[in-house]
Amino acid sequence: MLQARNLSFRYPSGEALRFPDLNCKAGETRLLLGKSGSGKTTMLELLAGLRKPDEGTVTIAGQDLGALSGSALDHFRGRNVGMIFQTAHFVRALTVRENLALAQNLAGNPMNNDRITDLLAELDLAHKADSRPGELSVGQRQRVAIARAVINQPAVLFADEPTSALDDENTTQVIGLLQRRAAAVNATLLIVTHDNRLTGIIPAQTRL
Amino acid sequence: MNLIRLAWKNLTFKPLSALLSILLFALSIGLISLLLSLRKQADEQFDANLAGINLVVGAKGSPLELTLNSMYHVGYATGNIKLGQVKAFFNPKHPIVADAVPLSVGDSYKGYRIVGTQPEILDWYGAGIDRGARWQHDFEAVIGEEVARVNGLGLGDKFRSNHGIIDEGEEGNIEHDDDFTVVGILAPSGTVMDQLVLTTNQTYWHSHDDHADSTAPAAAPEAGHEDHDHGPGPGEHDHAGHDHAAHEHNHTEDHAPKSLLDEDPEKEITSLLVKYRNPSSFQALSFPRNINENTDLLAANPAYEISEVRRRFDSGQQILGILVLAITIVSALSIFIALFSSLRERRYELALMRTMGAGRGKLFVLIILEGLMVAVIGYVLGIMLSHGILAVLASNVQDDFRYTLSATRFLTAEYLLLAAALFIGFLAAVLPAWQAARTDIAETLTR
Repeated sequence: MLQARNLSFRYPSGEALRFPDLNCKAGETRLLLGKSGSGKTTMLELLAGLRKPDEGTVTIAGQDLGALSGSALDHFRGRNVGMIFQTAHFVRALTVRENLALAQNLAGNPMNNDRITDLLAELDLAHKADSRPGELSVGQRQRVAIARAVINQPAVLFADEPTSALDDENTTQVIGLLQRRAAAVNATLLIVTHDNRLTGIIPAQTRL
Repeated sequence: MNLIRLAWKNLTFKPLSALLSILLFALSIGLISLLLSLRKQADEQFDANLAGINLVVGAKGSPLELTLNSMYHVGYATGNIKLGQVKAFFNPKHPIVADAVPLSVGDSYKGYRIVGTQPEILDWYGAGIDRGARWQHDFEAVIGEEVARVNGLGLGDKFRSNHGIIDEGEEGNIEHDDDFTVVGILAPSGTVMDQLVLTTNQTYWHSHDDHADSTAPAAAPEAGHEDHDHGPGPGEHDHAGHDHAAHEHNHTEDHAPKSLLDEDPEKEITSLLVKYRNPSSFQALSFPRNINENTDLLAANPAYEISEVRRRFDSGQQILGILVLAITIVSALSIFIALFSSLRERRYELALMRTMGAGRGKLFVLIILEGLMVAVIGYVLGIMLSHGILAVLASNVQDDFRYTLSATRFLTAEYLLLAAALFIGFLAAVLPAWQAARTDIAETLTR
């Protein structure tokens, strides 16, 4: 599902980084570990097509990201990649339900209200469907972010430090949810983190 | 959740900052539309009321005043002229004058002016009789469409005139004792005829017989003012004590209408409307100057006088135009600033939209849509504003200036204004939209 080969990236400052190869199957969960400044966020950006590598290829669901550019890449990402960030951001003017509907729309999928309702119920967010993101707690926001990431049944889920802002209880809950939601859509889940609480939970790990 | 709905939600999420932009924009559109409507409708009415009249002849005084009083029935007359002075104008063999219509003015009915004249004037203004017939005898009145509608007058109704030009409802007005009978009601013509009461010239002499020598048709420039604080002063016509018995029933007898030419040359009228045989002939061009230099009469070219008035309006409009331009620029700036500063707060969500599959083009379109929405809402409010003001103006202007304004009329220019509004909205949004389209996900979300 997700493959990376010979990736390297040179920062504008001239500093160059090489990254390990990856080969993740559908439904697999993997941790990408490394200390701060080790380039794990950069690798995530390369894998998600947010940056272009100087060398090497990233392949998602059989598609070489290097062959796509501009809107085609944005569109591909919308359909095949779900992303969860350290801080959950939303379109502030929209309710939780509308944010999920927007994700469907931007990915080019027809709006499916039932799927939104079901997903919110599974994430215990049904009562927050019509709230604005600003009215949610941090943990609730992270769960909505997960819902948004999986709403289009992506091939790959990227999570960038999804638990660093959460306490232990929320961390366990969010990681559990992530794994279950990824498994439900048979997506590859790649978690970039330096959070040692996760290393005990997820055995498949790549270190930078 | 398409882009249009999203743009709308974004706009209404911060209603106050959107409101400022919208109000400024509405103000600008409203003023432009108001100026356009006022100008267009004023021009049309001025033209309609010119009625092919080439010359106005009256007593010495201000030519503009004479024109305004005789053609637009605004303000006061310059004075009166004797029939004998103008008899030549009625000569069917006159080399320059094709036709002339005498006017006697000075009385009113509930704020509507009573004009003594000949039925021919209806043909000049293109005003047709809706009901009844043209006036033939003294104290028969044909009333304009608005006069009938506002006062609820019908055929056969009787009313009394007021001496002087008085607005409805003012205290201390002097009623003449004679009853006018409505014999005809005009069809609306969009000219000043809609707002007049028409009767014979001779009717004025009957109403004013007792003091004909001094003040005949009460058209002296100060006549109206006298009536406002009327008291029977020395040498003043003492209406309260008038004995109208002498002529009171004259008009009810069916004496044949007498041609004005057969009347006593010492009798007075207010002015004369004249049409030329050939307005561009040399004689016609020098005719007014000849009259002004060689007689006690004043001859005024109404087209020229009106173009002078318009010129004065024009310079006023130019100043307003600059003001409107300034407001338009400020409103465009306000849209620009509101969008640009919102981008700062929204950079995360814009980047987020890109991770969700929105290309740079979509972000560009989103911001443009937000600008266009402000423009469209501002446009709608502005048009409502201008036509609301027109509606308020219409009722005031009608009383003061014999000038009919329509609040429900929309000009082609106002549709073009929508295109201009959209263009301004686009222009104000284009830089912020370009900025939004440049949003880089990696720089924004993962740092």
